[in-house]
Amino acid sequence: MAEFDYKLVVGLEIHVHLAARTKMFCGCEMAYGEQANTRVCPVCIGMPGVLPVMNRTAYEYAVLTALALNCQVASFTKWDRKSYYYPDLPKNYQISQYDLPLGGPGYIEIPLESGRTKKVRITRAHLEEDAGKNIHTLGNFSAVDLNRAGAPLLEIVTEPDMNSPQEVGALARELQRIVRYLGVSEADMQKGHMRFEPNINLHITRDGQLHKTPISEVKNLNSFRAIERSVAFEAQRQLNDFRETGRTLKMGNKRTYGWDDVNQRTVLQREKEEAHDYRYFPEPDLVPVEMSADWLAEIRARLCELPLTMQSRFAVEYGLSDYDAGVLTADRATAELFDRAVKAGADAKRVCNLLTQTGLKIANEKGCTVGQLGVDAESLARLAAMADGGEISATAATAIFVEMIAAGGRPEDVAQRLNLIQKSDAGEIEAMVDEAIAANPEAVAEVTSGGKKSKKSLGFLMGQVMQKSKGQANPKVVADILNQKLGL
Amino acid sequence: MTMDEFTARQLRDEIAAGRLKSVDVVQSLFARIDRVEPVVGAYLSLFKNEALAAAEEVDRKVARGGAVGLLAGVPVAIKDNMCTQVGATTCASKILANFHSPYDAHVVERLKAADAVIVGKTNMDEFAMGSSTENSGLKQTVNPWDAARVPGGSSGGSAAATAARLCYAALGSDTGGSIRQPAAFCGVVGLKPTYGRVSRYGLVAYGSSLDQIGPLTVDVADAALMLGVIAGHDPRDSTSVDERTAPVCDYLARLDEPPAGLRIAIVPEFNAAADIDTRNAIDEALEVYRRQGVELIEVSMPNFQYAVAVYYVIATAEASSNLARYDGVHYGHRSAEACDLVEVYSKSRAEGFGDEVKRRIMLGTFALSSGYYDAYYLRALKVRNLIRGDFMSAFEKADCIVMPVSPTTAFKIGEKTADPLQMYMADIYTIAANLSGVPGISIPCGFDTRGLPIGLQIMTPAFTEEKLLRIGRMFEKHTEWHKRKPEA
Repeated sequence: MAEFDYKLVVGLEIHVHLAARTKMFCGCEMAYGEQANTRVCPVCIGMPGVLPVMNRTAYEYAVLTALALNCQVASFTKWDRKSYYYPDLPKNYQISQYDLPLGGPGYIEIPLESGRTKKVRITRAHLEEDAGKNIHTLGNFSAVDLNRAGAPLLEIVTEPDMNSPQEVGALARELQRIVRYLGVSEADMQKGHMRFEPNINLHITRDGQLHKTPISEVKNLNSFRAIERSVAFEAQRQLNDFRETGRTLKMGNKRTYGWDDVNQRTVLQREKEEAHDYRYFPEPDLVPVEMSADWLAEIRARLCELPLTMQSRFAVEYGLSDYDAGVLTADRATAELFDRAVKAGADAKRVCNLLTQTGLKIANEKGCTVGQLGVDAESLARLAAMADGGEISATAATAIFVEMIAAGGRPEDVAQRLNLIQKSDAGEIEAMVDEAIAANPEAVAEVTSGGKKSKKSLGFLMGQVMQKSKGQANPKVVADILNQKLGL
Repeated sequence: MTMDEFTARQLRDEIAAGRLKSVDVVQSLFARIDRVEPVVGAYLSLFKNEALAAAEEVDRKVARGGAVGLLAGVPVAIKDNMCTQVGATTCASKILANFHSPYDAHVVERLKAADAVIVGKTNMDEFAMGSSTENSGLKQTVNPWDAARVPGGSSGGSAAATAARLCYAALGSDTGGSIRQPAAFCGVVGLKPTYGRVSRYGLVAYGSSLDQIGPLTVDVADAALMLGVIAGHDPRDSTSVDERTAPVCDYLARLDEPPAGLRIAIVPEFNAAADIDTRNAIDEALEVYRRQGVELIEVSMPNFQYAVAVYYVIATAEASSNLARYDGVHYGHRSAEACDLVEVYSKSRAEGFGDEVKRRIMLGTFALSSGYYDAYYLRALKVRNLIRGDFMSAFEKADCIVMPVSPTTAFKIGEKTADPLQMYMADIYTIAANLSGVPGISIPCGFDTRGLPIGLQIMTPAFTEEKLLRIGRMFEKHTEWHKRKPEA
């Protein structure tokens, strides 16, 4: 029997790099993996006398994301300076949004393993500039790379609404899918485009009393696995700690941890949440942003159907399994390719199979998405229709699809070229059936006698006809004629 | 007429017409600098070779008969808080003593585009913090009228250089009176344009919401000429006003035309704070206007008295943040004694900044600290709005407000350095214009019994520089004060 009940409580702070061409407050083009300090200008390295200029595209990307997260979008926002000293922060203040974030309360819907969904409340979403990167691998000194300094960063804060490591992971994956659908971020975890910082504690009920364990914040997680594992690890660690010490949440006993991926454990970074005084005040070098109704409408018009909505629509309307619907909605281009093909009249299940089996395999080999294979929805729909109508076999459909990906072309032309059009002409097939019957009296006898081997012999005769047609006869038509001739 | 008797405008016309060679002007100016500068100490750096090369280029253009700019061949000086690719940009601070800017400030680009010849960079109070140029970390500048006295500040070098005819015009910056007060102390014209009239891009920030660049010149016409060159929208400064809202006009075109039905607002109780010679000079100046049919209207500005207090919260708060970037990490002075990161910060800044800068950084840091923000910074912003209101109601009754620039004439070197508060009071008449953003001009209006210049201050509503200059010209046209020069 459990000594007490407990509930895991997790909120997330998320940083998303927006895929604007240039940085948040200067004209430097963003790039990943360039030589250190080559993507910089006087503005983003904080030279004396420089001034920031707001990147309108980045602002629009942020608003678009806020809309997708069902946030209230502020009609008036401003910029604030957040002060702290760190070598990767050239001005020793970060331009951010303090009391007037561009996105107010909202929510994100995440898929659960049960097949149901859950709403996690969003507290706020605001824009800021990223810092650079300190490099400590050069021996007796440290260096600073400012290529990333000034990159547009969207910070999203959730309420502590998640109650399992899987839910935290699901939110992270869902958010990645959303920002990719919106085209506002590459959201490449390995490149640090998304960074997660879970705040974790336990609500323990013992003897009818509620005890909350001290909150742990795990910094800078950039893989889904690390997010889930660190939350699970912290939950267990806090449980053990509570058993041993009975320590509960108090003002100022929040701790900061890092994730040690090698040893799969959290590592204490700061014992006590230092009383940070960021001395926020309004950024005097930038003017406030006023979001007119027209501008907001223009941005809202760029919203697309969100992945989870699409996923459940595919399941409900097209009768796909949850799994298939999930695979097809992993990225927007694939989902839209599928959706358009079905809307063009193709059978959903057949298109789904083509895409999730053959398509996905080739895409994985090529390192792209199914949507990027270069096959358009109309061709895909016609290919499916050909298979449905018996013009080609299911096997041929796969072969044609592979060839369309490799060499392009209309499905009809590819089928011709590969000689995969099925023969359904009854007269022609009848002649071949007659030949087969005439040439194999033993098999015919076996079939008509209804003996032990009749089924096998019928298959043999089928095979003979197919061979004569070089595989191009419609098997259904062959079977019909054969059955008729043999009086079955 | 000797070369140093020309105004910038006259000189430009002589050079453009080919009657004078810019090279000869520059040669003769540097000969004068060699003679006079050792006494005055106006410059932190001089660019003789570059100036001669620029002058030759102008002379070639003239010889070819091509079009030349509004400042063709005119030697101008630049306060050392404006970035230039040539030479250092020090802000008269040890922390930037060897800093070379990779870019030109907007105003420097404008001067170059107008074919001006840049003579050198002028001394100032460190980071523009001061009213006497005694806070320069690098040099002492004296008042050309009395070498035992200060030139005023913080643009003391630009004022002294203009008064001593070590340039034909200069640029200064004005955060709380730093153009107008030294102009008054040195007997030249100093114009602080409306906040947003001139781009601050490349002006090393002190109080970002107050800083504005403007000219120091020998007469009002030259101020109009210089303003025309540097004014206008710059996309790199979000706070610079766009041309549709406030178009830049030809400030010289109607300069000699007095505004019709002019009404001047005076605040009688203010003048009581000034010394007797200043009061008399202001009364006589008002008489000059009255004789031209101008109506004098007494107004009350009840919140004006709080301007100094408000200024020392807002300016220092902004400064504490603006100066955070000088940390010894990326550029500028780094302490040789530093053994770790915190010491790089603390020792570099302790060694690099002077006392007044440290005092203001501490004041501003305090004012922005959590728990004090509301009581200081937020309250200061509210009072700032009340001061703006005072100006607006005064401008409903009159076209302009007239008062002294400074309560005293130039004081002795060392006289006020021991008492910062007394030094701060030197700016009681000038600070309010910065807090409300309106333009103000200082025009020579007499001399005290010791033979020291006195300045008349005129302020008009935002973006009415054209009218402000015409009102100033009305006075200048009927007086000879601006024609007096200190003995060489």
